[in-house]
Amino acid sequence: MAKVTIDGHLIEVPDGTTILNAARMMGDQHPETMQNVPPAMCYYSKLGESGGKCRTCLVQVTKGSEKDPRPMPKLVASCRTTVMDGMEVQNKLSAQVQEARKGVVEMLLINHPLDCPVCDQAGECHLQDLGYEHGAQKTRYEFDRRTFEMENIGDKIKLHMNRCILCYRCVFTANQITDGRVHGVINRGDHAEISTFIHQAIDNDFSGNVIDVCPVGALTDKTFRFKSRVWNTKPYNAHRDCKHEKCNGNVAVWMAGNNILRVTARKDKWGEVENFICNECRFDKKELKDWIIEGPREMDRHSVNSNTQYVHLAKEKVLKPSETFAVLHPYNGDDK
Amino acid sequence: MSRKLLIDKAHIAGIETFEVYRKEGGYQAAEKALKTMTPDEVTEEVKKSGLKGRGGAGFPMGMKWSFLAKPEGVPRYLVCNADESEPGTFKDRFLMEKVPHIFIEGLIISSYALGANTCYIYIRGEYAWIAKILERTIAEAKANGFLGKNILGKGFDLEIYVHRGAGAYICGEETALLESLEGKRGNPRMKPPFPAVKGLYGCPTVVNNVESLTAVVPIINLGGSEYAKIGTEKSTGTKLISASGNINKPGVYEIELGISVEDFVMSYEYCGGIKNGKKLKACVPGGSSVPILPHDLLFKTAKGDTRLMSYESMSDGGFATGSMIGSGGFIVYDEDQCIVENTYNFTRFYRHESCGQCSPCREGTGWMEKVLHRLDNGNGKIEDIDLLWDIQRKIEGNTICPLGDAAAWPVAAAIRHFREEFEWHVTHPKEAMERNYGLRKNIFVAPASA
Repeated sequence: MAKVTIDGHLIEVPDGTTILNAARMMGDQHPETMQNVPPAMCYYSKLGESGGKCRTCLVQVTKGSEKDPRPMPKLVASCRTTVMDGMEVQNKLSAQVQEARKGVVEMLLINHPLDCPVCDQAGECHLQDLGYEHGAQKTRYEFDRRTFEMENIGDKIKLHMNRCILCYRCVFTANQITDGRVHGVINRGDHAEISTFIHQAIDNDFSGNVIDVCPVGALTDKTFRFKSRVWNTKPYNAHRDCKHEKCNGNVAVWMAGNNILRVTARKDKWGEVENFICNECRFDKKELKDWIIEGPREMDRHSVNSNTQYVHLAKEKVLKPSETFAVLHPYNGDDK
Repeated sequence: MSRKLLIDKAHIAGIETFEVYRKEGGYQAAEKALKTMTPDEVTEEVKKSGLKGRGGAGFPMGMKWSFLAKPEGVPRYLVCNADESEPGTFKDRFLMEKVPHIFIEGLIISSYALGANTCYIYIRGEYAWIAKILERTIAEAKANGFLGKNILGKGFDLEIYVHRGAGAYICGEETALLESLEGKRGNPRMKPPFPAVKGLYGCPTVVNNVESLTAVVPIINLGGSEYAKIGTEKSTGTKLISASGNINKPGVYEIELGISVEDFVMSYEYCGGIKNGKKLKACVPGGSSVPILPHDLLFKTAKGDTRLMSYESMSDGGFATGSMIGSGGFIVYDEDQCIVENTYNFTRFYRHESCGQCSPCREGTGWMEKVLHRLDNGNGKIEDIDLLWDIQRKIEGNTICPLGDAAAWPVAAAIRHFREEFEWHVTHPKEAMERNYGLRKNIFVAPASA
């Protein structure tokens, strides 16, 4: 076990835990420290080798360990740096980290189309949340954004490369969850793109999971595209007796009235799926009779989406009118 | 005359063949190491020599070797980084092309010291003919019993393979090189684990530059402590410098570390002064990644001491008033050269060569290139200079591998030392275009985004 201090809060975690996971454990145990958890756009705990790429989770290590108390010279990616006993980490407290993170958010957004009004991911987009929390209101980028042609990956998935932030999560999913890799990154630098090798269709039972792992709207479900805004649908836990050996049939169905508009995996509060689901559950079972509905799903993410979910709000105390604004607009007022 | 240890025999006709090289005293170091020394003794000599890595970072090589994990039953690898792609650097090319046998001898001794039975030379794809030279050299060494099974009857086996890269700058970063060598996309790995623990195919690996591994030959011939007497206290031995730019005698020079920069630039023995009798304006002393130095900081440090060609003197004053000796790509600019155009050119290179893995480097290099393109083409604004400064600051230190730093430093140094020139470009766009492009200013200049 190692004792690590993150933004002044002490926690004891098993050896080999990363700083990010230690912060998440602390957030689980003490909800008031949730805000100290670094954001992660590329790290995905269910996928090996993920992380280290987006640089949004950079933190400052002000004390290396009990044995070697020297601070680390550079900011480190908290998702890939393991804790040492006696380590002291600063995230929210460090001005350097906040500055660097603001820079990363700006970099991620300069070539992002910002087409949120017509993006299906809007409302549950991690980049939206990140921009909302850390971004400046104006961009300093005055050039054409890079563009790609839209691509179909099979008949159920749409790849909208313009929105991609190259987190590589879908690549790891394609390599690790599904069989027969046809999905990867071609080209390099700022013209790198996610693609299947010469427009091949991804054709296997688990390919739909790339939609769930995508933090932005680059990979979307063609059976749901433009059907509804996500905040107008309500998520319910549901299950069915799925025959697929790797799928347990536990899903979230997103309903409007009695219609199931979309089926996704159940996501935890870090935006990660609890278990990967098969394509049959995701794309083909859209009737109420296909599912046994368990009940409304609690949204525990600080996203735009969660604010409209009645289950989440019902548990909160009744707000006074003066507090409403603060809850709906946690933005801290950096109007530069 | 300065003492030469690596390319002293380069002028001898036929030195690239085994017979001539052997007759001139070649492979004596390999014999000495294998016959009279244990691997640990070889490592000890390298440590004593104080040799610093010649690839750019200048990390002590003996220390790097001593980090190599040595678990039982796991193969260890030596990988030679011959992916020499730093703009302004061409020393390894000369070494491998002219005196390939001393390089192969260095690999034999180093592999012996590290206990590696397989050694890979990762050579950049553009050096196609040198790969052929190396393959021929390896075959010759093998035919004469210096490679293969049971070398010199000492029970040490070694195979050297030449692997051609496909011309990516990023594959010169050691972990990207290993990925590429394994047949994957050349993306740098996250560190830790370092290659010394988990490198090629998950086994302990040492990655060294061509020149560093070649320098093992004179170290064994002379002995580590004798080698350490050459050069200065902290920068020992000789170093190959690739001199280019507006000088009378561009080329590859072997210098004893510690000669003065003024001597190197102005004396006839080396660069022979500035071409066409022009004045010196600036110098990039270690390949395109290192900060540029204006003329008043090149020969003298900020403290007023003479600046020497050595690791510690070149970096005297930090990045504020110093630079780095890096890989030894010494680029000299005369008074007619434009720093803005030069910075744009460097940034264009880094934008093209970024692997696209981490966001600050992928997006930041492209952004800097576009801003610099605008400045260079007379459309710049005065705020662009501060914007560039801010972008480079957001990239530096926040990336997975040093390419982000390498892209940020030249921009930072150019603005730090030549801010007036950037401002002049903004306030006098017509004159600036006239100076840089002459009549070409009237023709279409391609936009930055391609």
